[in-house]
Amino acid sequence: MKRFAALFTQLDQTTKTLRKTKILRAYFESAPDSDKLWAAALFSGRRPKRAVNTTRLREWAAEQADIPLWLFEDTYAIVGDLAETIALVLPPPNRADDHSLTDMIARLRSLSALDESERKPVILDLWDGLDQTERMVFNKLLTGGFRIGVSQKLMTRALAQAVGRDEAEIAHRLMGDWTPDSTTWHALIEAEDASADLSRPYPFALAYQLDDPPDSLGSLDDWQAEWKWDGIRGQLILREGQHFTWSRGEELMTDRFPELARATDFLPPGTVLDGEIVAWDGTAPLPFNDLQKRIGRKTVPKKLLKEAPVILLAYDLLEHQGQDMRDQPLAQRRATLDALLAALPEDAPVRASPLIHANSWDDLAAIRAKARDHRSEGLMLKHRESPYFVGRKKGDWWKWKLDPLTIDAVMIYAQAGHGRRANLFTDFTFAVRDGNALVPFTKAYSGLTDAEFRQITQWVRKNTTERFGPVRQVTPHHVFEIAFEGIQRSPRHKSGVALRFPRMARWRQDLSISDADTLDHLHDLLDRYG
Amino acid sequence: MTCASVLHFTERGIFCPAGEFYIDPWRPVDRALITHAHADHARWGHRHYLATHGTVPVMRHRLGDITAEAISYGEKRKIGDATVSFHPAGHVPGSAQIRVEVGGEVWVVSGDYKLGPDGLCEEFAPVRCHSFISECTFGLPVFRWQPQPLVAQQILDWWQANADEGRFSLLGAYSLGKAQRLLHMLRDGPGPILTHGAVENVNEVLRAQGLPLPDTIRVTPDLDVKGHKGALVIAPPSAFGSSWARRFGQASTGFASGWMQLRGVRRRRAMDRGFVVSDHADWPELHRAITETGAENIYVTHGYTDIFARHLNEAGFNAQVVPTEFGTDEDEAEDAA
Repeated sequence: MKRFAALFTQLDQTTKTLRKTKILRAYFESAPDSDKLWAAALFSGRRPKRAVNTTRLREWAAEQADIPLWLFEDTYAIVGDLAETIALVLPPPNRADDHSLTDMIARLRSLSALDESERKPVILDLWDGLDQTERMVFNKLLTGGFRIGVSQKLMTRALAQAVGRDEAEIAHRLMGDWTPDSTTWHALIEAEDASADLSRPYPFALAYQLDDPPDSLGSLDDWQAEWKWDGIRGQLILREGQHFTWSRGEELMTDRFPELARATDFLPPGTVLDGEIVAWDGTAPLPFNDLQKRIGRKTVPKKLLKEAPVILLAYDLLEHQGQDMRDQPLAQRRATLDALLAALPEDAPVRASPLIHANSWDDLAAIRAKARDHRSEGLMLKHRESPYFVGRKKGDWWKWKLDPLTIDAVMIYAQAGHGRRANLFTDFTFAVRDGNALVPFTKAYSGLTDAEFRQITQWVRKNTTERFGPVRQVTPHHVFEIAFEGIQRSPRHKSGVALRFPRMARWRQDLSISDADTLDHLHDLLDRYG
Repeated sequence: MTCASVLHFTERGIFCPAGEFYIDPWRPVDRALITHAHADHARWGHRHYLATHGTVPVMRHRLGDITAEAISYGEKRKIGDATVSFHPAGHVPGSAQIRVEVGGEVWVVSGDYKLGPDGLCEEFAPVRCHSFISECTFGLPVFRWQPQPLVAQQILDWWQANADEGRFSLLGAYSLGKAQRLLHMLRDGPGPILTHGAVENVNEVLRAQGLPLPDTIRVTPDLDVKGHKGALVIAPPSAFGSSWARRFGQASTGFASGWMQLRGVRRRRAMDRGFVVSDHADWPELHRAITETGAENIYVTHGYTDIFARHLNEAGFNAQVVPTEFGTDEDEAEDAA
């Protein structure tokens, strides 16, 4: 644990990617194989199952710290991180143990075989042998949250450097359905037969937002345009008669979208498609809200399958006849994809996401302006010569989204943030005017600079009119321009609407609350775009 | 005479009707007693200031031409029907708690304080009283400071590692108090110490009063920065990211504050290192200080007041939250801490 805690400390002590890579690389060059495997698992989001209920952990920590539970809870609300709060309140340790990371995780997992009452002495004993940082890292393993400012990409790069292999190859090896139990360091990273795992997806290629005018990209002839769908990015893998559906977050979602199973009836094995999973009304995607109902459920009731059936709108072909297609130019992959999907019947759960043809950038801009009519967020622009690259690469793929919808709203409640934003007010509730009343309709957390958050925090402290637990009601005074991507009717909200991706686009210090938009205007937007 | 009449909490600040004076008022008044020279306590615009011998010169430096009178620690002064005296608060050099006695009833205003010696400022002295007005900036059980030599070693190790790589160590600290404490803690470091003008100006004022600060080099436009590679640079955090800081190239950055105890705040600062050095009392110190006053009534001001007051009430004190405008500037509160 000391080596891993030291790694954590070193990573935490720099904000520079280059330095982090170097630190992580040194770890992968020196730690024992089983620890390296666990480190790779943890940094790619593969966590051990939560072994202890966090409510118990809080109780035990408060008891050890000799403070009442409410005080622990209030403190946690301010610190914003449970693992850290526990580590900071516990009394100093009586021993200095040094178990390996693998050993520590084994101890932690053995807890699930015990009764809850038997778990407590084990945890207390483990805490008593760890210093403050080790405790925090251990608690993070224990509570199952392990985000410490190391991206999977950074980890992949460090690992690739440490073992002297190509980064893209390591990225591919790290994809898919492995856990430290199902494989070994050697099998995962070093063994030559990397195709052993049938379900293994390819790393997703990602696009950057286009901020410059599109004609800066050169000739339109070099570019392929598609709709940008508001669904779930997914990879559909058909191999040896089986199918697997992966999300971009590398979550296996095969069971959530049973409709896609039928793809094996229409498409040959050795096919891997990249596309967007959308709820489909037979001719067009349904609003994201309908898809949302499907996301949270591991098994899908019949009624929902009928109301919001999904399909894959495919836009790329990554594997064809068992061959990796990623080095071929997009135009060629697309031609093969179209040929493959052309013969599919109307009711197949896979369709080609249509290409959009235009004669000029101006024409294309006019088409993009109508994206909402097609239930789309805008356009994707992909270079015809581009390979299917790993991760984000500037220049090949661009998101050319529609400008968001906006509304000017009054801030009425504020709440402090968590983690990096603890002790700043960052979570706000906004209202529109309805006669003399203010009707809350959305929350927003992002969009302001740190300096602006500091400024508004000061203001909130001085202008709180009432407190409801952590929430402060403030004098209605400040107007913010709220940007959002979509609007839906929602009986759950007082205002009757729900926004998609609301955020603060601008702090309108030039407006007073009488300039804020009205509930009628909000309903108008709902009629037009909902 | 009832308890509440010794000091009142008003819109202008803490007021003593018997002596017709205010303590650390935030709006202009005729007569102000000042606990210490930090900007949220010593404000501009009062007609007459009274503060310790250590505080007055710094106030003059910061506020310009003011009418101020200096008083020694422990010296009793009659103002109207009130008797006042100033007692060491251990926050920054010259800082004081202010004791106010009216008709046998004693109140103490803590100002900002910390316990234990820091090697530089006068050590906090507990003052018995009936009512104690206490800050509680760090009134949560997660705030426990390590012994000063341990933290000093962490900073020295960081400085040494940077010096070995030929890099500057850029350490952010509030220019009054924290900066001088760090100078003292790091006086035997592996190289010279450079200072930002805002820090060096305060150094000069304090040196003139005989405070033993190590030698420093003021960073001026014509200073040969390259000749001092590997040096420690102490500057207010506002100077980071400015053109001023650019001359130090790929410096490693650090920040010294009690807030650095929290990883989230540390990350928001986006500095390489956060060192937990605070001039405020931590959780155990707050409890010790309050207990040692023997006071029954505790008024808590800036910080996690609601939580801290509830905890004190459960511990048998009669605690209340008092709204003040100290430390309302987030940046300043964090920097000063």
